[in-house]
Amino acid sequence: MTKRHIMEFERPLAELESRLEELLGLDLSENPELAAEVASLADEVEALRQSTYTDLSPWDRVQISRHPQRPKAQDYLAAIFTDVVELHGDRVYGDDGAIVAALATIGGRRVVVLGHRKGKNVRENIAWNFGMAHPEGFRKAMRVMRLAEKFALPLVTLIDTPGAYPGIEAEERGQAWAIAESLELLSGLRVPVVAVGIGEGGSGGALAIGFGDRLIMLENSYYSVITPEACASILHKDAGRASDVATCLAMTAEDLIGLGIVDEIIPEPLGGAHREPDGVFNAVRERIASALDTLCDLPSDALVASRYERLRAIGIIEEGAC
Amino acid sequence: MSISDWFKAREARRYTSAGSGHSPKGGVADGVWNKCAGCKRIVYEGQLAENMRVCPHCEYHFDLTAHQRVQLIADEGTFEEFDAGVGSTDPLGFVAAKPYTESLASAHERSGLTEGIVFGRATIDGHPVILGAMDFRFIGASMGSAVGEKVARAFELATSERRAVVLFAASGGARMQEGMLSLMQMAKTSAAVRRFAEARLGYISVLTNPTMGGVTASFAVLADVILAEPGALVGFAGPRVIEQTIKQHLPKGFQSAEYLLEHGMIDDVVPRAQLLSRVTLLLDYLAAKDVAS
Repeated sequence: MTKRHIMEFERPLAELESRLEELLGLDLSENPELAAEVASLADEVEALRQSTYTDLSPWDRVQISRHPQRPKAQDYLAAIFTDVVELHGDRVYGDDGAIVAALATIGGRRVVVLGHRKGKNVRENIAWNFGMAHPEGFRKAMRVMRLAEKFALPLVTLIDTPGAYPGIEAEERGQAWAIAESLELLSGLRVPVVAVGIGEGGSGGALAIGFGDRLIMLENSYYSVITPEACASILHKDAGRASDVATCLAMTAEDLIGLGIVDEIIPEPLGGAHREPDGVFNAVRERIASALDTLCDLPSDALVASRYERLRAIGIIEEGAC
Repeated sequence: MSISDWFKAREARRYTSAGSGHSPKGGVADGVWNKCAGCKRIVYEGQLAENMRVCPHCEYHFDLTAHQRVQLIADEGTFEEFDAGVGSTDPLGFVAAKPYTESLASAHERSGLTEGIVFGRATIDGHPVILGAMDFRFIGASMGSAVGEKVARAFELATSERRAVVLFAASGGARMQEGMLSLMQMAKTSAAVRRFAEARLGYISVLTNPTMGGVTASFAVLADVILAEPGALVGFAGPRVIEQTIKQHLPKGFQSAEYLLEHGMIDDVVPRAQLLSRVTLLLDYLAAKDVAS
């Protein structure tokens, strides 16, 4: 069992929980007074647990979205898809592990799956660059998008990245070009596209595979134009102000329903998806399958036209601002 | 020059600093001088105005406003602006550091524009086009809802009138103050370019200093031919972000137009003085064909 990762906002709870755990390990059969105290501590812990995990701030949710034990794209591939065949490489430069691509089956339907791939430990994170793709990752994504179109397979994407990788080689190989081309291709792909925010939705690197005919988000995932830390360091010259900025940026699933960007939210168990992943897997499987049931009935012209209308409607402007 | 004149000139220069050239009301005296960011020499306003705002000593390309770009390339009197009144609201009530509404108001005051891009119909050496130019003075020509909307409308107009698009990009990236509404403009504008491209119409993009982030990573690089001005900084992540990530200094010339040409990302680096003739020739080649699709 991996050591439990404690998030900032749950620290007081975690301390109390570990004390309770210790006490529960004692044999108190001959000490009824202490046993009563332990029972009341257990009640206190339960009350604190409820209050800690309800009314989460956007910044709390960001921490949950980044929890190392949170289910990752590869966990969804294993749990809710069957007959998974992973595909590798962009056919140009290399195989970027930060993007996972696969042929898979869900609810009896054959699909193509694309996801950002983050690891759960240092070794995985180094191999997959913390889910931050280079251009070859987006080019791999485009290759399998074309494959999906060619064989009329719906596309399911799983969004979970802090962002596209900001590095010398990434720029050299055309990071902006790869993202732009992916956006263009995805916007006109002639198969149903269901995008699911499962963790972090960081900026252009998330968007490159992160929109479609339905956008579904887990309750504690986020989707943002910029990470709150980067935004705080630009606006306040202080990355420590990220928690205030997270609220300003309107980046939670609930905020994004309000802005007409997200279609539905999948609730998570108290404390986050990592607490009881099975329930989350079931809900995600069910929502994807049901979205595909609706979308697969539409002719591809109508699908592409309505995807354009969806995008075209996003934005709030003033016409006579002169 | 008397001391008081010198101070006046200095004030005037400050007022037009950031290399932006003319104040919105125009009329900067020819004797006002600018320090060239390329060679650090003093260049008089009159010399700059005569030389397309290119340093006569080192060829450094000073910034241009959107309307200056239009003037330099459109046939005289042909530019017909569309949606000049489209502007931004403050949908998120964004107030980190300073209220977004304040940034919008001061950008409007400084530039006379309602947003960071200007577009309309024009002809370029007789070729009918939709011409667009971004204006860095307006919150770094960052892309929020209004910029995204105007870009989408420009491509839709070009599609329906079967005109080519010539677009001068300049931008700091997506506009943080509108959150996800800004990010989604990347998808929206890319979708509009795709529809336009499917109509087999030509798109020439000119990347100017600087073009970064979400604008580079969407419509700006989806052109049939991509040109850049000499020395323009173009990329996805900003140099500071990259340095902080990799904890190394960046090589000289990193993300410059010349570097992009070398790495195969753009078609050519074209000095401002040759831009009109190059774009005209390209428009000849990329003219719309009357095809029954």
